[in-house]
Amino acid sequence: MFDSLSDKLGAIFDGLQKRGALKEADVTAALREVRVALLEADVALPVVKDLMGRVKARAVGAEVLRSVTPGQQVIKIVHDELKETLGSDGQGLNIHRAPPVPILMVGLQGSGKTTTSAKIAKRLTERDKQKVLMASLDTRRPAAMEQLKTLGEQNQIATLPIVEGQTAADIAKRALQAAKLQGFDVVILDTAGRMAIDEDLMAEVEQVRRIADPAETLLVADSLTGQDAVTTAKTFDERVGITGVVLTRMDGDGRGGAALSMRAVTGKPIKLVGVGEKADALEDFHPERIAGRILGMGDIVSLVEKAQETFEQEKAERLARKMQKGRFDLDDLSTQLQQMRKMGGMKSLMGMMPGMGKLQKQMDEAGFDDRMIRRQEAIISSMTPQERRAPDLMNASRKRRVAAGCGLTVQEVNRLLKMHKQMSGMMKRMGKASKRGGGMPNMAALMGMGGAAPGMGAKLPPGMGLGPGAMGPGGPGMPGLPGDGDGDGLPPLPPTGGAGSGRKPKRRKK
Amino acid sequence: MADDHPDRDPSEGETGEDKKKGGWFKRLRAGLGRSAANLGGGITGIFTKAKLDDDTLEELEDLLISADLGPAVAARVTEKLAKERYDKEVSPDEVRAVLAEQVAQILDGVAAPLDVERGHRPHVILMVGVNGTGKTTTIGKLASKFRAEGKSVMLAAGDTFRAAAVEQLAVWGERVGCPVVTTKLEGDAAGLAYDALVRAEAEGIDVLMIDTAGRLQNKAALMDELSKVIRVVTKKLGQAPHDTLLVLDATTGQNAVQQIDVFKDQAGVTGLVMTKLDGSARGGVLVAAAEKFDLPVHFVGVGEGVDDLQPFDPQAFAKALVDAV
Repeated sequence: MFDSLSDKLGAIFDGLQKRGALKEADVTAALREVRVALLEADVALPVVKDLMGRVKARAVGAEVLRSVTPGQQVIKIVHDELKETLGSDGQGLNIHRAPPVPILMVGLQGSGKTTTSAKIAKRLTERDKQKVLMASLDTRRPAAMEQLKTLGEQNQIATLPIVEGQTAADIAKRALQAAKLQGFDVVILDTAGRMAIDEDLMAEVEQVRRIADPAETLLVADSLTGQDAVTTAKTFDERVGITGVVLTRMDGDGRGGAALSMRAVTGKPIKLVGVGEKADALEDFHPERIAGRILGMGDIVSLVEKAQETFEQEKAERLARKMQKGRFDLDDLSTQLQQMRKMGGMKSLMGMMPGMGKLQKQMDEAGFDDRMIRRQEAIISSMTPQERRAPDLMNASRKRRVAAGCGLTVQEVNRLLKMHKQMSGMMKRMGKASKRGGGMPNMAALMGMGGAAPGMGAKLPPGMGLGPGAMGPGGPGMPGLPGDGDGDGLPPLPPTGGAGSGRKPKRRKK
Repeated sequence: MADDHPDRDPSEGETGEDKKKGGWFKRLRAGLGRSAANLGGGITGIFTKAKLDDDTLEELEDLLISADLGPAVAARVTEKLAKERYDKEVSPDEVRAVLAEQVAQILDGVAAPLDVERGHRPHVILMVGVNGTGKTTTIGKLASKFRAEGKSVMLAAGDTFRAAAVEQLAVWGERVGCPVVTTKLEGDAAGLAYDALVRAEAEGIDVLMIDTAGRLQNKAALMDELSKVIRVVTKKLGQAPHDTLLVLDATTGQNAVQQIDVFKDQAGVTGLVMTKLDGSARGGVLVAAAEKFDLPVHFVGVGEGVDDLQPFDPQAFAKALVDAV
């Protein structure tokens, strides 16, 4: 299977680094590989050519050849150029206009317009305290209007009442009228999916655009798009005049070449990215992070932000104090496990860490799975409060009781206890070493998977210092588990209940 | 240079294409018109003035890459061409013929009709794929096709996650006149599949099609959920699902290969359907997929109409892709 782009470039530059001094031919050969990697990452050909031209001009210069670390130099150049192509930092939505401010959503079929409409509405409502109305102009796909209506109901966003038999233009007028009369700040117009070459439908959306005069016309595009990204982005821009792009499914394992392509051919900013199926899975676009992720430099900024959002400040401070004193009991571990799950599970975290791409792969191969986190939580919640505070109490008979209580084996209970012991030992050392108490222990060592993790110096919230330690791959066929720390009780663990699913309604509310 | 291609002007190319309902080949060509114009035009541009030399071959490779064939397949096709024609004068027509031939050759083995008359009653078809590829629409089109053939059809609205996905399928059920088994939003997809099987068996239905929620192939939990649906179906009815179709979006780039790989591995995909070939996307990744996997391609979607789902014809596809005569 294809490696991810960061793996590819990583391998290329590993090779470069090992050889020390570079010849011009080496750089050229490496750049050829970069080119193939970018193409496999679905960056559109004209964009690749342009990019490679600029990279080569700089890479074969003295800058690289005389460098002590030529590999690093090449990475830096490619990174810079990627960043430059991706454009400037997250420009928010332009809603500074007399209300109601229209936002028009356009794109191909199945790119995610309706879901994105709801996500944007939710974001504007919650973050910007705007009163938002959504209207579906999709008169074609069966139940498209019901879809938007349902999403509105789920997220407490108003939607325009459905009137059968109206044209898209009629609905647009009605939406604007309703928004004006009812005092809405923003009105989001969700249009039907259309092919860029469908003359009739492109004319329709042009008409809607004239009627609505939107402050933002957002092209919603699938980040998994191939070479067609160029045609689609260009055509929509020329016909409708887009003001920005929203890239969906950035949580997939596509390598996001479409981001580069679309930005390059339209010059329009990528304003937002969709990163999941939940209504709040919408993030600002940060070119330097994406460029960094492409090059395997991790996405540490997103990680910290995510941690800050999830981690309750008070709990974090309490934990930090405890860690400084070298006290870290099973209750604390349980809290950490919960935080980790809230942040999207191990895999999502690992994906964002610098140099963790390989480790993530190893985890996959080892059958590591977020379900393990739930099992560990289950073990802890099967203990008495005393046992959680003083794990040394755990003798053979207590272990048997706990194992029976959570439906796991004594070995698994032992493994958890061992892991806790290692962690608390490490934290004791850390507490002595650092008075801040927020340092990051060596993740890879904690994971017991070998391999140092470079660039781990970034200061992270205390909750991040977590490794599942000596956990092995979990056995299949888990019996039922008792309730977890939230008290909402886990159902008998089906394969469906993985931590990353996000499809349980109760999870979505969190 | 790739940048000089006439097709870069999007106002061109499709103007002459009529949207009338013609033969399917004609419509596929109309749909593929843009990609073909691009590829064909590019090749013409190259070959009217140049011999087949290294530069020309590189340009040719680039053109194939632009059609989403992927760098590896593009390189192989170019290499083969180089072996046969290097340094010779080659006319544009010849190149297109060779290209079409090669593409068709790769695709030849994977063209296979979907046979639902293998003695199963009900014949169970499970539709899987990434979000937004067109699973529900494809089910609607297939249902209409089976109904036209006089078969009794039942649909199971197994996408219990996306808002109004159930309603969407229900509309299709009404259109083509077949029962739709549903459950509540957030309901259990595996349980629904089971209920549908019981009903289909009791009512002596010929074809049962089970819709599923779209899911990205890298979401382990969601893939597990799909495996569960399949386990339940298989447990209830021996060899079912008899067909598990992966719906691919033609606009998807090389990630489609990854999609096939994971869905094949975890959902036991038995065949492919490629949708949205009527847009500007070229679907060349199907060639890469054909090389890599031994999976039949049953249908291609070339429009939003009920009749726009057509059996996959490699010759026509290859010819339309490179605009050969």
